[in-house]
Amino acid sequence: MSAAERTGSDREVMLSVENITLSFGAVRAIRDVSFDILKGEIRAIIGPNGAGKTSMLNVINGFYHPQQGQILFRGAVRRQMRPHEAAAGGIARTFQNVALFKGMTTLDNIMTGRNLKMKSWRTSLLPAMIYYGPTQREEIANREHVERVIDFLEIEAIRKVPVGRLPYGLQKRVELGRALAAEPDLLLLDEPMAGMNLEEKQDMCRFVLDVNDEFGTTIALIEHDMGVVMDLSDRVVVLDHGEKIADGTPDEVKNDQNVIDAYLGVSH
Amino acid sequence: MFYREAGQFKASYAADQAIFPLRQDQWGVALMLLVALVVFPAFGNEYFFQAILIPVMIFSLAAIGLNILTGYCGQLSLGTGGFMAVGAVACYKLTTGFPELDFIIVLLLSGVITALVGLLFGVPSLRIKGFYLAVATLAAQFFLSWLFNKVAWFQNYTPSGTITMPPRDVFGITITGAEADAMHRYVFCLVFVAVLAMAAKNLVRGPIGRSWMAIRDMDIAAELIGFRPFQTKLLAFSVSSFYVGVAGAMALSLWLGSVETAEAFDINVSFQVLFMIIIGGLGSMLGSFLGAAFIVLTPIMLTNVMVGGLGLQAVTAKHFEFMLFGGLIIFFLIVEPHGMARLWQIIKEKLRMWPFPH
Repeated sequence: MSAAERTGSDREVMLSVENITLSFGAVRAIRDVSFDILKGEIRAIIGPNGAGKTSMLNVINGFYHPQQGQILFRGAVRRQMRPHEAAAGGIARTFQNVALFKGMTTLDNIMTGRNLKMKSWRTSLLPAMIYYGPTQREEIANREHVERVIDFLEIEAIRKVPVGRLPYGLQKRVELGRALAAEPDLLLLDEPMAGMNLEEKQDMCRFVLDVNDEFGTTIALIEHDMGVVMDLSDRVVVLDHGEKIADGTPDEVKNDQNVIDAYLGVSH
Repeated sequence: MFYREAGQFKASYAADQAIFPLRQDQWGVALMLLVALVVFPAFGNEYFFQAILIPVMIFSLAAIGLNILTGYCGQLSLGTGGFMAVGAVACYKLTTGFPELDFIIVLLLSGVITALVGLLFGVPSLRIKGFYLAVATLAAQFFLSWLFNKVAWFQNYTPSGTITMPPRDVFGITITGAEADAMHRYVFCLVFVAVLAMAAKNLVRGPIGRSWMAIRDMDIAAELIGFRPFQTKLLAFSVSSFYVGVAGAMALSLWLGSVETAEAFDINVSFQVLFMIIIGGLGSMLGSFLGAAFIVLTPIMLTNVMVGGLGLQAVTAKHFEFMLFGGLIIFFLIVEPHGMARLWQIIKEKLRMWPFPH
């Protein structure tokens, strides 16, 4: 499917960001930014360092609360949402610096991604102390799903290895697995390819495209590698100094004078 | 080459998630339980039960409690002694106030009461971490000691200020009070601790344990994938206090019989239990037992060797014990922060190959 078909105008809007302004004291991190993410697309957010990309993701999943503007998620206005509510609503994410639980194995890390899918009474204190019975059934049912994620990401061999011992590229993959285990509708990827070599980047690109294709997951990603952004994404939004300077298909953005100026500088 | 998983295939997730997936471990645990349940009661004497086995069991339970909070959930606590005192006092008040109540229920209720107190002192953990939380729990220790000393109601207005456990039966056998046989008390301790340790192991290997470890390792990421930090920490505080409280209740009823609360469960006990989990292994059930055994047995061994064997003064042995513990704690913190449990794991990994080099 070509990018044009994928972003046809009849597609449902999954999330729309409207006039968001976020400040930390006197520092304006984001100024009056609006854009939308359509269901099933891969949406890239790019921009120079300090442009406010990560802050934008943090706003979307409820970690920062913007001073102005609103976010519509599946048509409903969200205000002052807590991170766990965003997670329950179907938003999962990965982090710029790997944020895995270092003391736990790959399997346990990915199992934590299932925490919201587990029926709470079955895993509440008393059944969990007895374990055999409801808790074990719940564990096994979720383990089956986690094993499908492990299979998909081709990390079977490191299932029982504590993630602190894994190389960086694999840690990134496990982190993607933890996000996928939650079966999200919207997946936020914060620089999924940072610090990877070419082969690792190719693998990660394949996983991102496969996730989008097979599960129909909507993806918003921040990435600095322009080759990756131009190849993967359906539409790109460009931020600079907290403001939106361009929004459109990769080709439109690539030839936008504002974008070129922001990345290369302007001659005076 | 004898201690490895070769040839033991797991055909289901249930088998893969078993507590002891390795057949050799299953035999080992069965053997240990057999020795503890049959051989010790058959050949042990009063001293062996009272001075060694019972305190090891009780402190193992306290160490499991603290390990849940500190080792698994990452919240440092120095209030263990205070919470053991709550358990002991609750046990005393429940047995004297409701003489008809079954002793097992008394023990569990003592734990529940301690859990509620622990919940209260866990509230600051929402805002403070690390050393500052340790100081807040230290306040709990001193406050609880002071409270039980000051308010005579907790001692049923006895002039001496000590609390004494009245005799109680379980299944027709007297196991508390001055008349109780040491062997019976030991067997009750063993069974009770084994059941509770099993429950703790089930907790930490399941969803609740993962939520605690997620908060310990990276609390912000844990929050963003849907855990609620405050609820998770409070659950850890209350479950931990439950175990510590039951240990305190058992210390009064099955081990000491009669205590002056502020003295028997002072700050030294808090540190002792903390040393147990540091030396035994943070975040390890096995470590809780190893650490408790080590801290309880080393002084006894030192006294026997230095006073009994070498004819030195008891004070010298005591001083040597301080030096040894201090040195060992520094050694473990630097060389092996995961304690004796990690050493055992390394031995296990080496045993897979032994006696072949590759």
